[in-house]
Amino acid sequence: MSTVIKIENLSKRYRLGVINRRMLYDDMQRAWAKLTKREHLATKLGQDGQPLVEKRGDILWALRDINLDIQDGDILGIIGRNGSGKSTLLKILSRITAPTTGSAIIRGRVASLLEVGTGFHDELTGRENVFLNGSILGMRDREIRQRFDEIVEFSGVEKFIDTPVKRYSSGMRVRLAFAVAAHLDPDILIVDEVLAVGDAAFQSKSLNKISSVSRDGRTVLFVSHQSSAVEHLCTKGVVLESGNLVFQGTQMEALDHYVQSIQTKKVPLSERTDRRGTGSLRIQEIEAYRDREKSSGVLSSGSNCDIVLHFKQFQERVYHSLKVEFCITSLYDAPIFSHHNRLNGTEFATLPKEGSFVCSIPRLPLPQGTYRLKYAIRANMDYEMVDAVDGAAEIHVEGGQFFPTGENLRTHQGVSLVDAQWHLE
Amino acid sequence: MAESTAAVKKETIITSKKKWFDFQWKELWNARELIFRFVHRDFVSGYKQTILGPFWFIVPPLMTTVVYTFIFGQVAKIPTDGAPQFLFFMPGVILWGYFSSCLLRTSNTFAGSAGLFGKVYFPRLTVPLSILTSNLLTLGIQIVIFFVVFLCYYLKGAVALPNLWILTLPLLVLTLAILGLGVGSFVSSLTTYYRDFAMIVSFGVQLWMYGSCVMYPFSQVPESLRWIIALNPVAPIIEWWRYACFGKTSMNPAYLGLSVITTLIICCIGMVIFRRMENTFMDTV
Repeated sequence: MSTVIKIENLSKRYRLGVINRRMLYDDMQRAWAKLTKREHLATKLGQDGQPLVEKRGDILWALRDINLDIQDGDILGIIGRNGSGKSTLLKILSRITAPTTGSAIIRGRVASLLEVGTGFHDELTGRENVFLNGSILGMRDREIRQRFDEIVEFSGVEKFIDTPVKRYSSGMRVRLAFAVAAHLDPDILIVDEVLAVGDAAFQSKSLNKISSVSRDGRTVLFVSHQSSAVEHLCTKGVVLESGNLVFQGTQMEALDHYVQSIQTKKVPLSERTDRRGTGSLRIQEIEAYRDREKSSGVLSSGSNCDIVLHFKQFQERVYHSLKVEFCITSLYDAPIFSHHNRLNGTEFATLPKEGSFVCSIPRLPLPQGTYRLKYAIRANMDYEMVDAVDGAAEIHVEGGQFFPTGENLRTHQGVSLVDAQWHLE
Repeated sequence: MAESTAAVKKETIITSKKKWFDFQWKELWNARELIFRFVHRDFVSGYKQTILGPFWFIVPPLMTTVVYTFIFGQVAKIPTDGAPQFLFFMPGVILWGYFSSCLLRTSNTFAGSAGLFGKVYFPRLTVPLSILTSNLLTLGIQIVIFFVVFLCYYLKGAVALPNLWILTLPLLVLTLAILGLGVGSFVSSLTTYYRDFAMIVSFGVQLWMYGSCVMYPFSQVPESLRWIIALNPVAPIIEWWRYACFGKTSMNPAYLGLSVITTLIICCIGMVIFRRMENTFMDTV
């Protein structure tokens, strides 16, 4: 065992407000405004006292002082909420962007799969794209020729290999692209959620390929929202939280730490600051009522439940059409189901100053476990965002009477429950 | 498998620091096949679903030459140092076409490949180098056509055979390529900050052409304005090639030397800036 990736004091800073493309004219205007001591349009204040546009100096540390040694043969799962810096870390290690300070030393050939099918060109045939894509990923022509048959076989598109890829279905495209990447034969493989593509059979094929890569003593860095993938595939795990490395250990420990960290960090919803939208109406609290009892509590599988979103209006407004949507996700943010009021034709138009949107779900089809809820409220025909919070509430579900026998399935057997009848013919 | 892991592995160091003149030639050399893949892609995709197909390589320069012959030759009656008008305009049009295409397309490197650059690392210089190469193929075809036309005029007795300086053509083209790469990578780097440069370059190239001896010989430039030609590295190259073809010029060969030196300096600046941008441009685009 030896260290293949050594990360030392790695930090990455982004300047907010200059991320977008700038115009010379705009910058000259700023300079002129500075000279004449006049307030520039872009720094004028909005109603809430915040600048309408971020000031030049605002910075965001996407990664802060990351120190990490990755050993030969490790399969490292990188876990964290959206925006915790996972992708930035992968981008730096794949040399797409440079760190602001610190360094990383990598021994061996790196292949990074931040996206499947990068550089595929529609007009070229499958064969030509295999060569192009392979070259882009760093393979030599000789290597591609050697593995060409294997690649095509793995992808399962033999029949269409000389057809332009613009005639491919999206599934075929992804399969061919992944096949190229899978045959890169790197020392270090960096994978970012690309497994969320393709049908189930192909996904498991891809996962097998990745684990076989690691069995050859090669190293894999893996970012995924699928806890089961991290659990089964990885041997080690790290947890990132707003740019900091907060935990390092085995993959199970890391998953536990992650789940705990999102559970303990409970700020009342009304005080959350990570909201999106105009804020003219805000959800203050979310409750889940069981069997029409008007009190918040633990739900159970198969019980009738009400998801109650208590709102408060901060500005008098008439909404022509309001779309209140929520999504139940796993603890790792993988969506399980969504619902919104327009699905069955309910319209909310004139609202009281304070009130609640209630969604009644008969026979809750969730196995016992803990779930998260995110919501988004949009208004009018242009779907203007009014209020949205990810991970706004946690929903606890205990075992119950979904099935007549009262038997309870676990989340690893499936994330939802269905009614079914069996008989013999 | 065992030997390959035991062998000395490539070590990559990722930091924010970077040497000014570290162009990573070795890495670029290893990626040479990628350059040819890009060239192949451009060729195949460029002329798919066109009726004329490869004829598009030769139609634009021929049409341009015809128009120049009419406007600058027949209407404006610009002297051509004794060469037949059509034949006089053609080499300038072809060489300028190569240069401007290299410049315009390399200027678009970062903006045009942002999707690719944001997802995978490969030596970024492969993109502009592949542009120079694919343009070179177009140029080659056009030069062959030019020599065919030249031969027709020669058989009619309208021109003499070119002199031996014609052998410097590859070097002249190389200089233009390096200049296009230099200016193009410079503009491309700046465009990631300011989109304005994309605008500047698109009309700047047109203005530049008027100062590059494309539609007039050097002999027609007044003494007092010849310093402009000296500052413009493109003009001496085009003039020199016409000298090789038609055997007449009033240009001092020192201008050519100056052109090469300017080109190398510009290319150095362009490449250094390109190298500095390629690490962080994903954060700004």
